[in-house]
Amino acid sequence: MTELTSSAPSPTGSTPARNIGFYAAWGIFILAVVLLPLIFRSGGSHTTFSLIGIAAIFALSYNILLGQTGLLSFGHAVYYGLGGFLAVHGMNAIAAHGLPVPLPFVPLIGGFAGLMFGIVIGWVSTQRAGTVFAMISLGIGELVASSSLILRSFFGGEAGITTNRTDLPALFGWNFGPQIQVYYLIGFWLVISAIAMYALTRTPLGRMCNAVRDNPERVQFIGYDPHVIRYLSFCFAGFFAGIAGALAAINFEIANAAYLGAVQSGVVLFATFIGGVSYFFGPILGAIVVTMLQLELSDVTTVWQLYFGIIFIGIVMFAPGGLASLLMMHRPLVRAGTLSMILPAYLIAIVPTLLFACGVILTIEILAAYSQGNAASSTIRLFRIPFEAANPMTWLAAAVLTIGGFFVARMTWRGVTAAWDRAMTAARERGYHA
Amino acid sequence: MRKLMLAALALPVLALPVFGTPASAADTVKIGYIDPLSGGGASVGEGGLKTFQYLADQINAEGGILGQKVEIVPLDNKTNPQESLIQAQKAVDAGIHYITQGNGSAVAAALSDFVAKHNSRNPGKEMLYFNYAAVDPILTNEKCNYWHFRWDANSDIKMEALTNYMKGVPTIKKVYLINQDYSFGQSVRTEARKMLAAKRPDVQIVGDELHPLLKITDFAPYIAKIKASGADSVVTGNWGQDIALLLKAAADAGLKVNWYTYYAGGAGGPTAIKQTGLDHQVFQINEGIPNAGYKPSVEFEKTFRAKVHMSLWYPRAVNEMRMFKAAAEKAKSLDPVKVAAALEGLEFDVLDGGKGVMRKEDHQFLQPIYISSFGSLTDKEPFDEEGTGWGWKEVAKVDTAQATLPTTCKMKRP
Amino acid sequence: MLELIVISTLNGVLFGMLLFLLSSGLTVIFSMMGVLNFAHASFYMLGAFFGYQLTRWIGFWPALILAPLLVGAVGMAVERYGLRQTHKHGHVAELLLTFGLAFAIEQVVQMIWGKLPMDYRVPELLDFPAFTIFSTNYPAYKMFMLLVSVVIFIALLVVLKRTRVGLIVQAALTHPSMVAHLGHNVGRVFMLVFGVGTALAAVAGVIAGPALVTQSDMAALLGPILFVVIVVGGLGSLPGAFFASLLIGLLQTFAVSMNGSLASVFGPLDPSTGASLLTDVWNVTIAQIAPILPYVLLVLVLIVRPMGLMGTRET
Repeated sequence: MTELTSSAPSPTGSTPARNIGFYAAWGIFILAVVLLPLIFRSGGSHTTFSLIGIAAIFALSYNILLGQTGLLSFGHAVYYGLGGFLAVHGMNAIAAHGLPVPLPFVPLIGGFAGLMFGIVIGWVSTQRAGTVFAMISLGIGELVASSSLILRSFFGGEAGITTNRTDLPALFGWNFGPQIQVYYLIGFWLVISAIAMYALTRTPLGRMCNAVRDNPERVQFIGYDPHVIRYLSFCFAGFFAGIAGALAAINFEIANAAYLGAVQSGVVLFATFIGGVSYFFGPILGAIVVTMLQLELSDVTTVWQLYFGIIFIGIVMFAPGGLASLLMMHRPLVRAGTLSMILPAYLIAIVPTLLFACGVILTIEILAAYSQGNAASSTIRLFRIPFEAANPMTWLAAAVLTIGGFFVARMTWRGVTAAWDRAMTAARERGYHA
Repeated sequence: MRKLMLAALALPVLALPVFGTPASAADTVKIGYIDPLSGGGASVGEGGLKTFQYLADQINAEGGILGQKVEIVPLDNKTNPQESLIQAQKAVDAGIHYITQGNGSAVAAALSDFVAKHNSRNPGKEMLYFNYAAVDPILTNEKCNYWHFRWDANSDIKMEALTNYMKGVPTIKKVYLINQDYSFGQSVRTEARKMLAAKRPDVQIVGDELHPLLKITDFAPYIAKIKASGADSVVTGNWGQDIALLLKAAADAGLKVNWYTYYAGGAGGPTAIKQTGLDHQVFQINEGIPNAGYKPSVEFEKTFRAKVHMSLWYPRAVNEMRMFKAAAEKAKSLDPVKVAAALEGLEFDVLDGGKGVMRKEDHQFLQPIYISSFGSLTDKEPFDEEGTGWGWKEVAKVDTAQATLPTTCKMKRP
Repeated sequence: MLELIVISTLNGVLFGMLLFLLSSGLTVIFSMMGVLNFAHASFYMLGAFFGYQLTRWIGFWPALILAPLLVGAVGMAVERYGLRQTHKHGHVAELLLTFGLAFAIEQVVQMIWGKLPMDYRVPELLDFPAFTIFSTNYPAYKMFMLLVSVVIFIALLVVLKRTRVGLIVQAALTHPSMVAHLGHNVGRVFMLVFGVGTALAAVAGVIAGPALVTQSDMAALLGPILFVVIVVGGLGSLPGAFFASLLIGLLQTFAVSMNGSLASVFGPLDPSTGASLLTDVWNVTIAQIAPILPYVLLVLVLIVRPMGLMGTRET
């Protein structure tokens, strides 16, 4: 489990130009968090943004374990869920006793809950890394999830515990009833947590985490205890997972057993890996993609699980560094100004590739229509073009698109490869390396 | 490089949302159907969806509701409460004012809470929640809510009906309770104890088991316990694989008892019972079976089966949709607030015969309850289940008055 | 009391053997390739569905041979075209690949066979009670399952300890790179191992299908407990997996048969205290927590003895 490669951001290269780029990236990030809900104004997009924000904090916290310390956890949702439950109990207590605590401070309750359980559970589970850690996290995850159904008075059994966020004292006239206000609360915490977690990677502790990930024996030689470092990293991950869980509890106004379960733990692993563990912003990308997939895929197709599976297999096989490294491999080209050498090849390749994807989608949808026994009456809408599932012409179209698209795409991608090599060589000549 | 190329092949798949959802005309009344359409609960959720779509088609063929067409909008909640809330939010965005859901009391509790909060925060944009199958009594007692209406008898009422039937069966002497360890299973067990003690003090409860929900692969140890207890009847609220595996293990071990169940008739249940060969030893409690012979119900079942290729699992869904229409016509409006007011106390002739009423105090529909057993059929019972050749046969009918319980609901009215 | 002990022991052994049937393949795969194959239970499900379909076409006994071969072929294809490409990117990538595969397999099974349970029956030859103890029947089919598990256990042991392939596999357990340096085609060995592992899962599927429910969600039901078995037993240790399966089967079965709780030992709590965490803990019975006991065992074993009960290599 220690083969997670990751390029630690180099601390030395802080030229003024880099600094500008660095602050610009954070500036764009904050601006996007603030402006997006003003551009997309429907209630649905506000819900979507809120969920993405929560997922992003959660995935970033997971990456403290996976990307930075090399710990594969199957039970990270435990801290997310416990943070959520404590936050709901906290909100109910605040409302019941009329305490002067406004809603924006509630995520701290969740954070400290996550931290506390991290402190308790972390010590035994981080004694070793690798499979032992993974399996202990799996076991603890199942234990906590099962206990949540037994310890009814705290977890509320299967139905969970509800709360009402508007019962808390209002802040500057905001009662957090409307979704947009909740979104800004989440956005605020997203920015704070992201900055804090980024800062963490720059501290000596963050560096030592990387060292423990890459070579625990050497860490031991120079006088550090890898166990302690893993433990500290685990506690921080628990803290931020707790914040994410509390935000989820605020968003849904309910905490239940599903927060703690294996599914939630699996989703965060997916999001982090898909986004890319080697770059700090990778998990944010992953959170966006996975949340969108979860929200949208089941609306457009009944066999969304199949697409879900195919997409993951595809990304794992062909972009194992995640989306982030896919983007970042273009960085030397951009800096060297040779990106334009490859763009035409991309544009040519994208057409047959899209056609191939359409063919695959059409094939799957035809099969799905037949398997559900309603092929005769079923119309598949792809890019708003209706296809009749029972029409042989549709089958022909699917076959031609899939097979033809595949071979043409393969040809054009050879062109991309060649263009890439040329662009890369040119970039190297100008002194920019990958 | 090859990697990059193939990643790019995979990426366009991410652009899936280009699938268009069919545009719908403005003069339709949309009902959001929030139930599992994928994952473990999908087989049940799909059956429900087909039922509601059939019912909508039927209403539309008769001219719709107040001239408006009914459209069922499927929203997949994957049996997850959080997901359900997201889907409910989607329904709000799509301008849907009516949602219906049935699978899972946790989901129902979350949705009921959501609808109450939504309506209090967004006056003028109210939505109603029609619950057709989540039977946790709490939804019409402590957590009752003006915007929630339930057409299925809650689990306490079913137990009331069942124990009223058991009262008259002297051969029942030793009862074993086995239930899933969550709110519904627990309410089945507590009520069974309480009601049996009151109505049949001579009946002995020889065992009271709670097992984890949907986690058991082998029920043989539980069967061993039942056998050791000497029980002659087992009462269980188990559903899904938990009832199927339980009955299989019982048949394997040669356990001869009568099974009083809530959900043996659920998707896959009949297949499992037929496999075990337990002929007329498995009983279920529900709001009606076509084999009871009530004419309109038989007719409905015939056309339904011919069209949808499944048996009608949810006679209550029929009651729900027809009562929705009746209430809207009574209110002369599709405004949810007016429909809700019209539904309160509405009396209705249910599909399987008899009078039902939507009780005003807690929005629980009260209706006659049937006890039926599953097994080989005679000529009088034309309908089998899941192609097994076996079907449900009426054992007893419990009238509305005998299938009623007081409520503790203190409803806050708008 | 004696009755309950005898019957619980029997049931525990039967359940444990089913677990072993499933985990034998997984332990071979996991220990050799280091792959946490989350799709293993999906191959088990594929086995059950193939078995069901083939039983309808050609009968149960040919299906018992043919279905595992088919699933093994699918497994080998997965290894050849999927895992092998992913191997160089580390175990997390491999793991996620099998995750994605589990999703896809479940959906494909649903597309072909639908979401309802199949009517997959015990073959008539074995559809009779083998013997009766304390008036409880034990079907011949369950005895057959027991027999198959034991035969597979012995056969695997013999192959691993007494054949050349077994020698390579054994060597690869402790010194994977050394084996490659010695010139063995590790790729082909891995493909074979994965094929055999998935075929074993399919045998379990064909056999367990009629005894349990053959449905598209049957994979999810058994998922994580298999990892518990092989980790508790010790990675790479077939006797360990065998022993751990039995242990977990017995542990669960006996726990189910016990109704004791803190309340029954020390007496009920004062009812005036109301519902709290304490009352929850006080009243929960051993039977209720039976299914989570394997996970308690897992955590405890890993803390005390990270290589598992009978493992030789630290995981």
